[in-house]
Amino acid sequence: MATENAPASMYRTTEGLGVWEHKGKVAAVGVGHSPTTRRWDGTAENTMGANSIFALRQAIADAGVDPSQIDGLVLDPVTTTGAHWPEGDPIPMDVVNAYNQTDDPLDGIAKLSAEWILKNMPELSNVKFTMYGPGCMSHAIVVAAQAVGEGRTHTCLVLKSWHNLEGRYNQAGISASESVPGSFAMAPGRTLWGAPGSYGTALQFAEYCRKYGKSHDMMAPFMSNSRRNGLLFPEGYWAQHRPEHLTEEDYLNARWIAKPANLFDNDIPIMVSGAYLFTTAERAKDMKQKPVYIINHASSRGTQRSILPTLDEVEAETASTGRKIYEGAGITAADLSFENMYDGFALFHQFHLEGLRYRGMQNGDALDFYQKDISIEGPDPVLPSGGNIGSGRSRFWMHTDCIQQIQGRAGARTITGVKPEIGVSGGPMPMGGNFTVWSATPD
Amino acid sequence: MVKQGVIPDDLSKPFWDAANAGRLEIQNCSACNRLHNPPVAACTRCKSGDNLEWKLMSGKGTIYNYGVVYDCPVRLLQQDQPFNLAVITLDEDSGIQMYSHLPGTPVDDVPVGAAVEVIFEETANGQKVPEWRVIG
Ligand SMILES: [Zn+2]
Repeated sequence: MATENAPASMYRTTEGLGVWEHKGKVAAVGVGHSPTTRRWDGTAENTMGANSIFALRQAIADAGVDPSQIDGLVLDPVTTTGAHWPEGDPIPMDVVNAYNQTDDPLDGIAKLSAEWILKNMPELSNVKFTMYGPGCMSHAIVVAAQAVGEGRTHTCLVLKSWHNLEGRYNQAGISASESVPGSFAMAPGRTLWGAPGSYGTALQFAEYCRKYGKSHDMMAPFMSNSRRNGLLFPEGYWAQHRPEHLTEEDYLNARWIAKPANLFDNDIPIMVSGAYLFTTAERAKDMKQKPVYIINHASSRGTQRSILPTLDEVEAETASTGRKIYEGAGITAADLSFENMYDGFALFHQFHLEGLRYRGMQNGDALDFYQKDISIEGPDPVLPSGGNIGSGRSRFWMHTDCIQQIQGRAGARTITGVKPEIGVSGGPMPMGGNFTVWSATPD
Repeated sequence: MVKQGVIPDDLSKPFWDAANAGRLEIQNCSACNRLHNPPVAACTRCKSGDNLEWKLMSGKGTIYNYGVVYDCPVRLLQQDQPFNLAVITLDEDSGIQMYSHLPGTPVDDVPVGAAVEVIFEETANGQKVPEWRVIG
């Protein structure tokens, strides 16, 4: 039977649910990453599927688990947000035939099924549970955590992969067509009016600046800090390919994409796969790495009234998300050692931060907070992973960083101004995402 | 700025037909008296699709917010970069938004909060589309 999307019941989407019933009973014990590249080079060795296998094997080895012990696999079958295989373009059959195929030739190249992974990783001989957490790693993580908590699987791989192709993001297909369907033309996003991907976020940021008397240049310290942290992330794109610091001047002089969003406010699309191994707290005790306990997961499913979410709508949703995150973990904002909320687009990280009330922050405070010490050496680290801005569009650096910080394996990126005991990560959007609370102890 | 052509579909056809006739009509649930844009198959309040109709608007609105597009994914608009892309709210209901390129307003010189009124422009295939101009 084909793998299905997780049912809505596996996500914790509302306030008032109390402490998560599986708090501290699920742990992350392994991490794996493929190398990064900007785009696919067209070879069989470097497909998104090949990266996926690489990352999964790394995570298994990292945990020191025999593959035959693994009984679960959760992944996101969608592997791009804008690099779609051009309709009618031939699919290179030498690449397809280099792997065990499913009935879709793009599987393993521009999309990914659990079946493709299992056909191409024969060592995963005991996987009985597969499920999709569609959207990004943040989805897959909460689905896997819930699945382990519910006993659907006891040792579960979690995977997110990205492909990227030649050509510019989102400029083919309907963007290049002479005409568009009437409903599409009335919908949010790029349509007749040509909104770039970051436009909606840019407008929320503009409204935020008008309301609170802030400006785009106040983002510069955050951007430099994120790139700095990213360059300390050896698994990341900038560290591997372009080890350049982003000065505040570089940032302020960058070209606009959708003003007030500039080039660097948009994360760079790359190819990369990331994988984790989750297991029960009981089994984690005997594994190679120090377990990082999941003490809650929470999801946001905000809807806007009309075309674009207003600032009021965004702030109401992120505040609710913050309350859900703390309620289910049985903690308060004061218990957070650090945060790794999503940042791709950079101009919405402050909504996540303020929703969390991180370090006592209220709405409108974040950009002033960015002017203080937000480094990994200080007591108030902001995005120690560097996020997508620091390492490219994976939507998983922040999860990896939470695990590695708490395990004491973050290397040069280790936060030193505060003891890394409880971290939160998740996203993507302020109006809709999935969030996880990680802890050094189960309680 | 000439926009991509529009091919009305079932859900959106009344909107586009009205635009061709020089009228701004927005979908409304008559049971809840709740406007919807974009149009929906079922009312977001009562969850029913039985009372959805199209309601004539005054064509008056306000500039709520804007950005300036420098790097547009839509090929046809790339020659017009940079251009304003504003969000208009309708006087009938400030929760209802529409996009506008604000024809006649200089790039990045957009009076947020200013009053606007609807006009109708032809797209690439002749279908008309509502646009908005600053009044006065
Ligand atoms: Zn209704």
